[in-house]
Amino acid sequence: MMSKDTTYREAVRLGISEAMEQDERVFLMGEDVGRYGGCFAVSMGLQEKFGTERIIDTPLSESAFTGAGIGAAMNGMRPIVEIMTVNFSLLALDQIMNNAATLLHMSGGQLNVPLVIRMATGGGKQLAAQHSHSLEGWYAHIPGLKVLTPATVQDAYDMLGLALKDPDPVLIFENSLLYNSKGLLDTSASPLPIGKALVLRSGKDLTILAYGINLFKALDAAETLAKEGIDAEVIDLRSLRPLDDETIMASVRKTHRVMIVDEGWKSGSISAEIMARINEQAFYELDAPMARVCTVEVPLPYAKQLEDAAIPQPEKIVAAARKLMEEA
Amino acid sequence: MSEFKMPSLGADMESAVLMEWLVKEGDRVKKGQVIAEVETSKGVIEIEVFEDGIIEKILVEIGTECAVGMPLALIRSKGESVAEKEAESKPEIAPEPESQSSEISEPEPSPETKEVPQAVNAEKHIQASPAARKRAKELGVDLAVLASKTEGKIRIKQVEAAAETKDKVPAMDGMRQAIAAAMSRSNREIPHYYLSTSINMTPSLQWLEEQNSNRTIQERILPAALLIRAVVQALGEVPELNGFWQEDAQQVSKEIHPGIAIALRKGGVITPALLDAQEMTLDETMQALGDLISRARAGKLRSAEVTKQTITITNLGDLGVERVYGVIYPPQVALIGLGRIADAPWAEGDALTVRKVIQATISGDHRATDGRTGALFLDKLNELLQKPEELL
Repeated sequence: MMSKDTTYREAVRLGISEAMEQDERVFLMGEDVGRYGGCFAVSMGLQEKFGTERIIDTPLSESAFTGAGIGAAMNGMRPIVEIMTVNFSLLALDQIMNNAATLLHMSGGQLNVPLVIRMATGGGKQLAAQHSHSLEGWYAHIPGLKVLTPATVQDAYDMLGLALKDPDPVLIFENSLLYNSKGLLDTSASPLPIGKALVLRSGKDLTILAYGINLFKALDAAETLAKEGIDAEVIDLRSLRPLDDETIMASVRKTHRVMIVDEGWKSGSISAEIMARINEQAFYELDAPMARVCTVEVPLPYAKQLEDAAIPQPEKIVAAARKLMEEA
Repeated sequence: MSEFKMPSLGADMESAVLMEWLVKEGDRVKKGQVIAEVETSKGVIEIEVFEDGIIEKILVEIGTECAVGMPLALIRSKGESVAEKEAESKPEIAPEPESQSSEISEPEPSPETKEVPQAVNAEKHIQASPAARKRAKELGVDLAVLASKTEGKIRIKQVEAAAETKDKVPAMDGMRQAIAAAMSRSNREIPHYYLSTSINMTPSLQWLEEQNSNRTIQERILPAALLIRAVVQALGEVPELNGFWQEDAQQVSKEIHPGIAIALRKGGVITPALLDAQEMTLDETMQALGDLISRARAGKLRSAEVTKQTITITNLGDLGVERVYGVIYPPQVALIGLGRIADAPWAEGDALTVRKVIQATISGDHRATDGRTGALFLDKLNELLQKPEELL
């Protein structure tokens, strides 16, 4: 199937649906995923199609249903667990970190946990400080997990399939503002593997590394910068764990200037990790100090203008890029 | 603990390459001892230490390009214990001194200002991006030199621009650049006046011939030495020409260190000083001149010889030149030019005869002296060369 205006939501739904058709071990569970169709309407219609045994509404207990998913995965199933937002996933953090991420190691390689956990992440919808954070960088800290951040419609579809094929736990972070975005989907294309970043815009003056919704803010910013004669290369990180060092360093070697856009807070963030790796692996390629555009270090505000001011925006990226280029 | 730093061996010197260490760690050194050799645009120069002590640590490897002021070694004074090493202060590049100071003493840091010792590396004082450093290495651009010409931080852009300029003038070696800079400055800043006079050299040459007839070849005195001796004597009488013009003021030097222009075989000219020429007899002047020329050509000059000149003497007689109108080497205030000694018609009394004649010229800095001073000097020089026995 090839389509030009599939929404991100439809792409995820199609991914789930096809996986369930192809593999009877696959099932979806989470809060309101069945009768309600998912709080972001991703699984709308799937319960009618696959029935209540494969599209399972769970009680409001993230720890319990994530644990159930881990158990099912250990016993040969291929569960997809949907957690409403990344903030709520903290209730299941014990299951994710102490069980899903560790069991392969603690069992001496006997027990894989082929679990997929999808969750919504990010701010921008006035959902305030308990529903809006971007904690994917935290999860990228944990060995034993893979952390995927699909930004494009193609990746929203592809990554679900890739995650289900992976023998170990994979977390997929879907930015809630992206569900309505439209883009190209080619279901026959062979997916780019987990752990590969993608250069979406080639440029020579600076490298902007981004993921999720900030990829589009970075691309917007790059257009503005192009009019000023600044030729930015924009890279979709796609995966925060593993990070694609090779693609990152290749770009640093080309442009010698780096900016990272990360909706997490600066302190202890994935952007900090990327900077550290560039320092370790490509220090002598840098022609200016690396720059970051991150979320202001506050609990995300409810008020729209404050929330907008707190998170990365194209204008902030443009301003940071100008400053980076003035370091000449 | 004090730092032995790369001295400034001339106002135009930015850096030099360390060629050889003549001491090793743990060696005792005495004030004035030559402890290293460095290569500057003027050739290989021996550099001396300015205090007694023990070489605690050698900080720079042979072959390293070192900016002026860069610490080369740590010297522990005799009383100091080894433990005090921990208290060494963060090295700083000293502002480039105009001339070499005779003492370099570092104030000992007080306990409050103790800092964790850092790797001593002058490169860290150069604000260049990592990529600029890498590119500079690839293109052979000297960052220390570039840093002195660049405002702000050095990026790839500046390095590549510097490399491009370098490529455009491949023949421009360091010495040529140094001469270019000094001479441009001279013509820009110094209002020159020029005076010339004909001097009858027959009495001097006859006298020299007599002197030399009793000497072995090694002991013979050349006219060049006699001329230098005469210039030095004349300067004793007209001291205003011997010294510097600095900060809008004249500084007359008591010591006379004439810089002798010496052509190098590989091209270029160097003017090392005949130090304290006023103390020398004619024989000593001859010996010192021979020594200076051979060391200059071997590239083995001492730091004082390339920094302390108080006046320049250019003798182009061997090339058949009649008169020399020299460009003063700042901050000196005069240059004495000597042409060839040639047979020339000469009026004596009412007879016209043939004599050995030399054209002596002076280029003077009109800020420091007037034509009258220069004229007095030439007159004195002439007078001395008529009575060469007084130059012994």
